[in-house]
Amino acid sequence: MAAEPPRYKPNPKLPRQALPLLDPDKRRRAADEVALGFSAEQAQAEAMRCLQCRKPVCVEACPLHIDIKRFISRIALGDWQGAHDVISEQSPFPGVCGRVCQHELFCENACVVGKKWDPVAIGSLERFAADHARLRMKELADSYPKPTGKKVALVGSGPASLIAAYDLVRLNYRVTVFEALHQLGGVMAYGIPNFRLPREILHEEIARLQNMGVEFVPDFIVGRTATLEDLFEEGYEAVFIGTGAGLPYLMGIPGENLIGVYTANEFLTRVNLMEAYKFPESPTPVRVGRHTIVVGGGNSAMDAARWAVRLGSDVTILYRRGRAELKARLEEIDHAEEEGVRFEFLAAPVALHGDENGYVREMECIRMELGEPDDSGRRAPVPIPGSEFRIPAETVIAAIGQAPNPTLQKATPQLMTKRGKIVINEWGETSLPHVFAGGDVVRGGSTVILAMKDGRAAARAIHEALSRERQPQEEVKA
Amino acid sequence: MSARILNKRQLAPEITLLDVEAPRIQRRWRAGQFIIIRPLEHSERIPLTIVDSCAERQSITMVIQAVGKTTREAVALEPGESLCDLVGPLGEPAEICTGERVLCMAGGVGVAELLPVARAYKEAGNTVVALCGARSDSYRILDEELRACCDELHWATDDGTFGFHGNVVQLLLSLAGPRSFAEGHVIGPIPMMKAAAEATREWGLKLHASLNPIMIDGTGMCGGCRVTVGGQVRFACVDGPCFDAHKVDFDEMTRRTRAYRDLEQIALQHDCRIGLGR
Repeated sequence: MAAEPPRYKPNPKLPRQALPLLDPDKRRRAADEVALGFSAEQAQAEAMRCLQCRKPVCVEACPLHIDIKRFISRIALGDWQGAHDVISEQSPFPGVCGRVCQHELFCENACVVGKKWDPVAIGSLERFAADHARLRMKELADSYPKPTGKKVALVGSGPASLIAAYDLVRLNYRVTVFEALHQLGGVMAYGIPNFRLPREILHEEIARLQNMGVEFVPDFIVGRTATLEDLFEEGYEAVFIGTGAGLPYLMGIPGENLIGVYTANEFLTRVNLMEAYKFPESPTPVRVGRHTIVVGGGNSAMDAARWAVRLGSDVTILYRRGRAELKARLEEIDHAEEEGVRFEFLAAPVALHGDENGYVREMECIRMELGEPDDSGRRAPVPIPGSEFRIPAETVIAAIGQAPNPTLQKATPQLMTKRGKIVINEWGETSLPHVFAGGDVVRGGSTVILAMKDGRAAARAIHEALSRERQPQEEVKA
Repeated sequence: MSARILNKRQLAPEITLLDVEAPRIQRRWRAGQFIIIRPLEHSERIPLTIVDSCAERQSITMVIQAVGKTTREAVALEPGESLCDLVGPLGEPAEICTGERVLCMAGGVGVAELLPVARAYKEAGNTVVALCGARSDSYRILDEELRACCDELHWATDDGTFGFHGNVVQLLLSLAGPRSFAEGHVIGPIPMMKAAAEATREWGLKLHASLNPIMIDGTGMCGGCRVTVGGQVRFACVDGPCFDAHKVDFDEMTRRTRAYRDLEQIALQHDCRIGLGR
């Protein structure tokens, strides 16, 4: 269907609307969402900046190929629901993606307006459309007929599985999503903080899938509670493995097992999933002392540091490279700094020192300088001999990356892996027939949006595999 | 998934047995493995050893010592009610040798956790000698069940009201010495496991200890349960929970287990203030 021409005159020269943010002082005292979202006036003004290009490169650049041009034109015309409907053609998660997707790397990076001025704030517009559709989520879902087709099992309820579930249920597959934890959402539930992604947004967008007929089974570990073989025996005709990268790396330094030393996974799981920020109202505690040192430079490091600020700590991020090498989103780095997080660049931990009761008290660090480029193409940090120094630390959080969770692989030795990551072919299929994989279990630590891209590709491959098989049978019948 | 409670039995003061419906876990579990439960919607996740199962009722058995907030929430539930969450089986099964004279040692609620290991040893053709410790006669649990699968069962009570007067390690030293056993399994309070490891260090005995550190997800995701074994950091949830008792750093484990003791008190006091703490 050809998009109708806009009934308004685009004006890219208008300044890009600034996303309103919660005051940093208020952020430090609460778990409230930091980004407040556009007002209707702002959204409409920002939507007017979109050129409505004849060849929308933003749509190409979007890993989910959301029809950005068309949803923005709806917003420009004041049709919020229409905008949400357009996004829904490709994605049921505008509330999630409008908040956590790295738009600056995809659609906004491609935006033609950005060549001369600031790119259109596509991410904030996506979120705006989502936030204005929240009340009609239930009604939307009920309009879908219940699926009746073949059974497909999706392992893990993170972003990769969720988008696959959406695509497959719309193709009439009976989809079951198995989740190891008691809550759905994978890394979006245990890893991403509430102040970046309020839980009710996540729950509502998952509930939409539930209402469409996707079955969710929490507390179920494939590889433990049942094996892959069991699933096939129980009538599932294809399995997608989207179990993520849940195995944290440790620093491997003396004192790592002192009390108060966490992996980012443990710290974030305690605070996000188990809601330790509400302790003692919530029974799971977390130990945050006066000084918190977070080791690492990725998004998990920012998330952990920003939580520690909210839990009343004086927070420093220790990173072995320089500012330019930080892997976190610029936005997260800015927000962390606004909230009072300090950075100690070109320094790495050497040892942790504790008191007589086993509580961590100090971190011993060493200064680094950047040497020759390493495998990643970035200049490798090299320790400067004799430059050791100590800083107080009652809480230490190691946010230095993670490997794929090995549970399913261990229980399925015939599944081919390489350095813990599941190996797939160009169609997303693993070494086992009808077993597909995607997201972090294939990529190692990556992002929500790339996991979704993989989940979508796998859904398509599953559909092709399962419908290819049906045809010969039907021919026989005819 | 939530799991319906089929049966509840008070074994001793503060020690309760629960049979819960869990068909998949019942079919798959092996001695030494555990589950994680969350009794109520907002409870903590806690690990519990699987003690037994029943194929007919498709149930598994757990034995809970009600000492903290979450364990009290669990034992307050009645048959017909459900645990909000139950997931498993987790961890690696216990290593079971064949055709040996084996030592099984446990103390307190660990006696219940020993039962499946003792039974597995027996079924593998071993001669099983079990030494069990309790505070007092009224705290002895599962005597009949253990007797059915052990060649010898000896009790020690701290106050001497039943069997040997003293602790279970003292009992061990009174009964056995170097080369009495080829292999063994110990499960119970950390000081007891540590003492058992120290006492048998020169005995030429391969002793497995079932560890129960603080845990959250139980799938290797958080690393909160890490223990040092032979100088290596291991995750009790996925690498364990059974490790070579002679190589476990029990002192470090003791400290890590106490990491939240002060905060646990705050949580209990909070409940008292708002009228939940009973």
